[in-house]
Amino acid sequence: MKTAFFILLTSLSLLLPTAGPLQAGEGEWSGHMATQLRLFPESPLSSQQGDLQLSVSFQPEYYQSWDEGNQSFAFVPFIRLDSMDSERSHWDIRELTWMMVGDNWELRTGIRKLYWGVTESQHLVDIINQTDGIESIDGEKKLGQPMINLSLTYDIGTLDFFLLPYFRERTYPGQKGRLRSTPWVDTDQARYESSAKAYHLDWAARWFKSLGDWDVGLSHFSGTSRSPTFVAGNNSSGNSVLLPYYPLMEQTGLDLQVTKEAWLWKLEAISSRSQGSRYSAMTGGFEYTFVGVMNSDSDVGLIAEYLFDDRGERAPTPMESDIMIGLRLAMNDVNSTDFLIGTIVDINQHHLMVSMEGSRRVMSNWKLSVEGRFFVNTPAEDTLYSLRRDSFFQVELARYF
Amino acid sequence: MTRLKQIILTLPLLLLPLTAMAQTPEEKGLAIAREVDQRDNGFQDSTAKMTMTLKNRAGQESFRYIRFKTLEVEGDGDKSLSIFDKPRDIKGTAMLTFSHATKPDDQWMYLPALKRVKRISSRNKSGPFMGSEFAFEDLGSQEVEKYHYKWLRDEPCNGLDCFVVERRPAYEHSGYTRQEVWIDKEAYRVQKAVYYDRKNSLLKSQTFSGYKQYLNKFWRTTTMEMVNHQTGKSTQLLWEDYQFRVGLDSNDFNRNSLKRAR
Repeated sequence: MKTAFFILLTSLSLLLPTAGPLQAGEGEWSGHMATQLRLFPESPLSSQQGDLQLSVSFQPEYYQSWDEGNQSFAFVPFIRLDSMDSERSHWDIRELTWMMVGDNWELRTGIRKLYWGVTESQHLVDIINQTDGIESIDGEKKLGQPMINLSLTYDIGTLDFFLLPYFRERTYPGQKGRLRSTPWVDTDQARYESSAKAYHLDWAARWFKSLGDWDVGLSHFSGTSRSPTFVAGNNSSGNSVLLPYYPLMEQTGLDLQVTKEAWLWKLEAISSRSQGSRYSAMTGGFEYTFVGVMNSDSDVGLIAEYLFDDRGERAPTPMESDIMIGLRLAMNDVNSTDFLIGTIVDINQHHLMVSMEGSRRVMSNWKLSVEGRFFVNTPAEDTLYSLRRDSFFQVELARYF
Repeated sequence: MTRLKQIILTLPLLLLPLTAMAQTPEEKGLAIAREVDQRDNGFQDSTAKMTMTLKNRAGQESFRYIRFKTLEVEGDGDKSLSIFDKPRDIKGTAMLTFSHATKPDDQWMYLPALKRVKRISSRNKSGPFMGSEFAFEDLGSQEVEKYHYKWLRDEPCNGLDCFVVERRPAYEHSGYTRQEVWIDKEAYRVQKAVYYDRKNSLLKSQTFSGYKQYLNKFWRTTTMEMVNHQTGKSTQLLWEDYQFRVGLDSNDFNRNSLKRAR
């Protein structure tokens, strides 16, 4: 079914540019390819998992505009081939969009990715796109979402309306992959609350406005939950696995940023209702930037955020009452060298997760990125317990064209 | 023409040297800055392309391609949209700025990989723009109220008669104590600028060349060169394809247009 859906959309992509007027401008290709290496210093929990993960990825981008720039088409496929985990060898259509722009409106139809929110440690309000969980564990890689989106801009702010006719299941590492739960998630046996399954028609609306120093967004989503709950089960080979279950949900979200010189004050809050119960969660904090530290060109940003979920330890996320402290270094040099180190501390259980990310341009078209995640002192009750031996270093070299 | 009329007409001319003498160097500096500003009023909107060449002390070069859209705003600083085409890894990144005379600018950045619009702090005025020798404050909208002025002297520059005006930033967090700016008397164009750092030591000098006039009024430079005397590094900006009054309005300068800029 999924394959048929993609074949349909891919064939549509071939039709769309020619459907435009004849005076269409020239299309352009860009994109990047990358080689990624992950090293896991600790031996895995299961002997089927490895210590070294090598993968390559490719993401070309096609863009064409016509009608004096008022109409455009974008196509962004993505593919990764992975040496360790067959689930991580996967492909996706990140974008396949036809966009039409008027005086104060935009109509965007097709597969798209978008982003809502302001905080750094987690992204509560950002609900439209499903997480491509197998790509990275920070939840920032997303799958393309089919939609019709009308955006209207008035003095009172911008109003966005979304119809979401197809649901994307979250991706998870397979049996041989690291950074997975024990037992692993069997994505072939997903279950839904809705009888329409992945074809339930979801909708969402959002208002946002910038008022001086304030940027405010208010959103509502109604449809299939992007985060599944799990039930224990067996796969066809008789192994015990986790089966994802996607309930229907209603979620209202608020995102707010107040920008006062070097201070950025941030808040994201959600209230969700699914399967007869309601819960709330929030992330709030600040980022303060020291400009030109020690007479250099570098900026150092200090980030502190508090993460709260009123379900407490029952929350399916590891962030129920945690504090995130981060340090961001931007060298502002010719190679755009950046570095971010952060730690999330569980206030009640005193365990922590440390993460670091860095990147710099190499020559004009290459970029070198490093990443590391370290799980320290994770107790058996925590959601991250199954990752306790999966601390890793990652190096990626990407070529842009 | 009657004799009386002649007297009345010549009277103001006779008074001119007197008023000029009564004008303090500060007043004269401000008057020159107002004239520069007034001569650039009414362009409405413009677009341009820029190639930035960064050169380090060893002569190694790197390049940035940026497109600019600007909207003139009555009674406030301009709105601008900058779109980055190169280097390739930041292609599609765009920045939206609502500049203000003395209060901090409003600034948003679009990061295409995450599709994220970030409201960013405009506190960093003195930091380098894209790793170049230009600071953010060197490229921002130049409102009269941004500086305190003082006329220093007249002297020739680029083969023209020029005013030399000192300007001291009136806004907070500048990287400079003062700047000296050479402005030609013929068309009130900036021909040269010298920047002094926070310790009042010579930091950078900037030259402007290849001025062209658009719509019979607005002068724009083709080449700007910034040399950092303390590091030996330099940056050249090459401006191309200037277009005026292309019909941009405030709908071209909001978060939606920032996201679709490419």
